[in-house]
Amino acid sequence: MAELNVVLSNPEQGTTREQELIAQVQRGQTGLFYELVRPYERRVYAAALAILRNEADAEDAAQEAMLKALANIRQFRAEARFSTWLIQITVNEALMRRRRERTRMTEAIDDHRDEEGEYTPRDFADWREIPSEALERKEVRQKLAEALASLDRKYREVFVLRDMEQLNIQETAEALGISVASVKTRLLRARLMLRDLLAGGWEQGWFSRLPFEKGTKPW
Amino acid sequence: MVVNCQQVWKEISNYIEGDVDAGLRVALDEHFGTCTRCKSLLEGARNVVQLYGDERMIEVPTGFGRRLERRLAQGARVRRSTWSTWSAWLVPVAALALITGGLRWANSLTVPHPLQSEHAQPGRNIPPDMVVVVSAGAKDFHVPGCDVIHNKDKIRTLTAKEAIREGYVPCVRCMRKYLQIASISPASSEPVAELSANVEAEDRTRSR
Repeated sequence: MAELNVVLSNPEQGTTREQELIAQVQRGQTGLFYELVRPYERRVYAAALAILRNEADAEDAAQEAMLKALANIRQFRAEARFSTWLIQITVNEALMRRRRERTRMTEAIDDHRDEEGEYTPRDFADWREIPSEALERKEVRQKLAEALASLDRKYREVFVLRDMEQLNIQETAEALGISVASVKTRLLRARLMLRDLLAGGWEQGWFSRLPFEKGTKPW
Repeated sequence: MVVNCQQVWKEISNYIEGDVDAGLRVALDEHFGTCTRCKSLLEGARNVVQLYGDERMIEVPTGFGRRLERRLAQGARVRRSTWSTWSAWLVPVAALALITGGLRWANSLTVPHPLQSEHAQPGRNIPPDMVVVVSAGAKDFHVPGCDVIHNKDKIRTLTAKEAIREGYVPCVRCMRKYLQIASISPASSEPVAELSANVEAEDRTRSR
């Protein structure tokens, strides 16, 4: 934890350390590779899960992707962000696995359906801000995860790569093999659809039946 | 420039990205100053971006990091040995010897049963630390998310090794599919024959 704080409070130092590690692994010290990818392992897993939607498959794809990253570490160039490089390898691995499965007919049909026409928001009621602190509550994280999981695949993937994995628009387009314009359209819809799904008040609407002790806040 | 609500909806995401030109930005700012509906949409979309961008939204299965570290270590060992050409042949020979020895040992410990049907295949290559789920009153263990889990409201999570130790057997649907995919990738895991032999050996020791 102490190490993490140092990295967060001094990003330059963290970057230098990362560059050192990359150089060492490229010179053959492969035992250091896990230390190099550890800060990104959660994001790598989330990228695989967004595409495969199954925990066991996502974990295996994430592991396989990291082995490929290790095997190709000499091809990594310092001008790219290391995290982006890892995530792109993971997305490739996950997409390849999904193509291998031929049982995705329903989602394939969905793909052609709803990009035409404009998205009309459903709920215009005043937005009740959900503070970041609420994420300490498992029910809140669960509710957000359910809303995300309910999105069509193409919206979910773009949203996860851009807003959770923090790839930029161009990188998201390259990772998924779609145009920048498609990324922008899908991102807009994903954000507005999630807003619609979560509108209605997280304090009143979502958890009104949860028994909280009187006078105490659960976070 | 004046924009109406429909035009604003199309640009909300670009506005959040800072990806609108100066003229459009001024027009949007003016619109948000007067239209409470569009202002509410903007606040909601911004809140969504901020919440999902939080590190806490990413949850990984228990033991994920440990298993990744181990698999990388296995991969690195294989890479190192393939680099040194003079010793490259040692890896497959040693692996073959281990597998053959392990299987013989396993066979010597287990009572051979004739297979009842094509479905009654023994599970192979199930990673002992793989996270699986079981449900109360059932006899199979499954990959999380399997369609044929009974009593889904009573499931619990454990590792494959623990499930086998408790007497559960692999689900023929999801585990076979999972292992077919896994067998295509060069994952090196302890075979379950060896695993179940270990479990049985431990059980025998305990029962004595």
